[in-house]
Amino acid sequence: MTYLAKPKLLAADAPRNALGYTRRDYEGAISTLCAGCGHDSISASIVQACFDLDIEPHKVAKLSGIGCSSKTPDYFLGNSHGFNSVHGRMPSVLTGAALANRNLLYLGVSGDGDSASIGIGQFAHAMRRGVNMTYIVENNGVYGLTKGQFSATADKGTKSKKGVINSDSPIDLAMLALQLGATYVARSFSGDKEQLVPLIKGALRHGGPAFIDVISPCVTFNNHAGSTKSYDYVREHNAAVNRLDVILPKAQIEASYPPGSLRRVVQHDGSILHLRKVGVDYDPSDRIGAMNHLQERQALGEIVTGLLYVDSSGQDMHTHLNTVEKPLNQLGDAYLCPGSKALEALNAMLR
Amino acid sequence: MKPTDISNPDYLHKVVDCQWACPAHTPVPEYIRQIAAGDFSAAYMINWNSNVFPGILGRVCDRPCEPACRRGRVDKEPVAICRLKRVAADFKDDIRDRLPRPPEKKNGKRIACIGGGPASLTVARDLAVQGYQVTVFDSGSSPGGMMRSQIPKFRLPDSVIDEECGYIEDLGVELRRNHWIGSLREVLAGDWDAVFVGTGAPRGRDADLPGRNQAAAHIHVGIDWLSNVAFGHVTSIGKRVIVLGGGNTAMDCCRSARRLGGEDVRVVVRSGFEEMKASPWEKEDALHEGIPIHNFLVQKAFTHAHGRLTGVLFEKVRAEYDDKGRRSLVPTGEPDVHMECDDVLIAIGQENAFPWIERDIGLDFDRWGLPVLNAQTLQSTLPRVFFGGDAALGPKNIITAVAQGHEAAISIDLFCRKLPLTQRPPATMNLVSQKMGIHEWSYDNQVSEDARRKVPVRSIEEALKDIKSEFELGYDFKLACAETARCLNCDVATVFKPKLCIECDACVDICPTECITFTRNGEEDELRGRLKAPSCDPEQALYLAEGLKTGRVMVKDENVCLHCGMCAERCPTGAWDMQKFQVNIAQAGAEV
Repeated sequence: MTYLAKPKLLAADAPRNALGYTRRDYEGAISTLCAGCGHDSISASIVQACFDLDIEPHKVAKLSGIGCSSKTPDYFLGNSHGFNSVHGRMPSVLTGAALANRNLLYLGVSGDGDSASIGIGQFAHAMRRGVNMTYIVENNGVYGLTKGQFSATADKGTKSKKGVINSDSPIDLAMLALQLGATYVARSFSGDKEQLVPLIKGALRHGGPAFIDVISPCVTFNNHAGSTKSYDYVREHNAAVNRLDVILPKAQIEASYPPGSLRRVVQHDGSILHLRKVGVDYDPSDRIGAMNHLQERQALGEIVTGLLYVDSSGQDMHTHLNTVEKPLNQLGDAYLCPGSKALEALNAMLR
Repeated sequence: MKPTDISNPDYLHKVVDCQWACPAHTPVPEYIRQIAAGDFSAAYMINWNSNVFPGILGRVCDRPCEPACRRGRVDKEPVAICRLKRVAADFKDDIRDRLPRPPEKKNGKRIACIGGGPASLTVARDLAVQGYQVTVFDSGSSPGGMMRSQIPKFRLPDSVIDEECGYIEDLGVELRRNHWIGSLREVLAGDWDAVFVGTGAPRGRDADLPGRNQAAAHIHVGIDWLSNVAFGHVTSIGKRVIVLGGGNTAMDCCRSARRLGGEDVRVVVRSGFEEMKASPWEKEDALHEGIPIHNFLVQKAFTHAHGRLTGVLFEKVRAEYDDKGRRSLVPTGEPDVHMECDDVLIAIGQENAFPWIERDIGLDFDRWGLPVLNAQTLQSTLPRVFFGGDAALGPKNIITAVAQGHEAAISIDLFCRKLPLTQRPPATMNLVSQKMGIHEWSYDNQVSEDARRKVPVRSIEEALKDIKSEFELGYDFKLACAETARCLNCDVATVFKPKLCIECDACVDICPTECITFTRNGEEDELRGRLKAPSCDPEQALYLAEGLKTGRVMVKDENVCLHCGMCAERCPTGAWDMQKFQVNIAQAGAEV
């Protein structure tokens, strides 16, 4: 944490994206989180991803609940729409917003407390409904704001900073998301931006419910020996299944990799996901295989990261419900309130 | 790429761009902080120790520090380093009790300094405090050399020169005024342990063109004319004046001419405006006083009628560059331009002249007429004769003369102690953490985003009335304080300890200019392209540290680091620290 605002001074040759913005233009207020918090790295990764994708800040809505993680939308995309909702209720606010205006890019940011404890029901149903969004959980395994009690994602047998051993079973949110119908599921680590940034980019360009579980060490309460969410532990046990490059339709870059090591997935919006195989033979289009792999590796004490599953058919809640294309605020009064005759006709239809 | 060794004083010294660029290595950020703290005397003494003439240099320095200033790379303009130096000189208290005292007991060595300019006086100061008996011979009635004779009084009042030369005389230096040295052989016959020659570059280059002799009465060599003005021998000039040349002397000539009755004063230069040798701010001052600068005109002839100058004929040229970027001026073929005038001032360069040095005494000169010297020790082929300032390696500027004076003094000291001259006393350094609390540093780390403050000046009408009234008024206290806040404190170094780092990326994320990258090591050129903000300036170092758990390296591009300390504030483990770097540049008497 620091009290000073970042100086605006910038090198004359600071990189600019297609919109003419620098990375600094995608930042928000100065972070008030603890020094070294993994969440700040995730914020920086979101900034990088939006910069790389030439996203117009005013076309993004960022929503969050309560907690250290849910504070972070203040620290990135300062020129985007934002909603800091009730604890655990971000998914339903986001669902409502997405129903009202499908033209925005929805970015839900939550934590392990917000999504796996108080908001687990909301989380589950947003995934089930197939809301077109990028849902990022900043997962540190502890309740940082209340001084480091275990959260619902803390692994069994984990030792707290005070020396208490966790006896409860953990919730694996990526596993849940797979089971509940998310069409883009990934896990990553705040300390590995090379992996995280492309995963966020892929999710932002994914036309459906995209979920990323980001392990984000709590430097203050959960970065000691005995923790399974410390920088050292995650680095030692990280078992990446693939490395992702996101290629926009306009780019004509053909990376050269040895045959068989590259898997190409074209998403609904034309963006291309290049998945480079890392070690194991892994098929990211096989949902059941993904769940099995997760379970197997977890039993071995490994943390599986990478793009675990992607279904690029582009189905989402709007497709399922056959909703109107236009945002509600652009439909006009006559269309939204067609009058008593229309109501009567509707009622007659239901009699 | 190999890890950076920050214990080598040169590495962090180079990060302090201004100090590194200053020939005398003045600790700029340190004195700026003293000004901000209101301790002008301390700021003055920091300057005095390094550059000997803070009040003079604060007005007329060539400021190599300012183009180097880091601020210029992230903001429109650099910090007004030079004018802050003047603030220290203007607002200080009586500092005489802070000056060093020469030892009571002299060391018995006698040194002659020929010429009373900045180089000689620096040698005299450095050696006098070490117990040498120094005698300075000067042909003028007051010391100062070209600072007194060539710089117009409206830029540098005599009182400032008197004061700062006085400090050196007070150290027990014997000053022989009005003493013209006509023969080095005679000097060497005296009982001197070493002789220092600091006689400057006293000869102004002339323009030997048709009409030069016929119209001689109204054609003047710039530096001679300036010294005639300085000593009151010349008090007026014609209404229409042409100044030939594009250097700082030309700017002094035209501005002086404006004050002595010149109404239509113009500067005519061979080169383009940008390529002119004059400092940008001196050109600005001339333009500000209504003096137009005409470029790409080469003087061809002086026109005259009845033995009186009528004007100058110029050929129009354009610049052409060959493959190697060398410029040549090619006639455009357009008709020549004739400009009418009453007087011409020729300021097209200065030359060295040593008519008083006999060529058969063993002191060799090269084919350009400059003494053959060891560039490091400034020793001539006569072992006990040393050179410095414009007399040594050709005309440069005051601050270079001071720097060479320091070097020559070290050489003379080593020579008198019978030590090898090439083994120079090394610079030493010190690094002290500036951490006071979690978010508290003993320097002001909040970066000011304000623009450079303009120095208040006298109104043109008033300024042009009196050639002795100082044009610039200097910053007042408030403006000075505001300007000090623009300094980025480059001497407060970012020091990284890889052993403490947990690679959380907090520093990478917070850095406002994206200087820091954690990546795998590689060759420097390739590495520069892989940084978070690709580093395009190979002149600016990369700070590389290895020994991280993941096997990656930390690379920091020094180029646009704001020294805001945010990396250190964000670091959860104290792997980053802000430490004040102090380099002690050796002066005469230092241990080898």
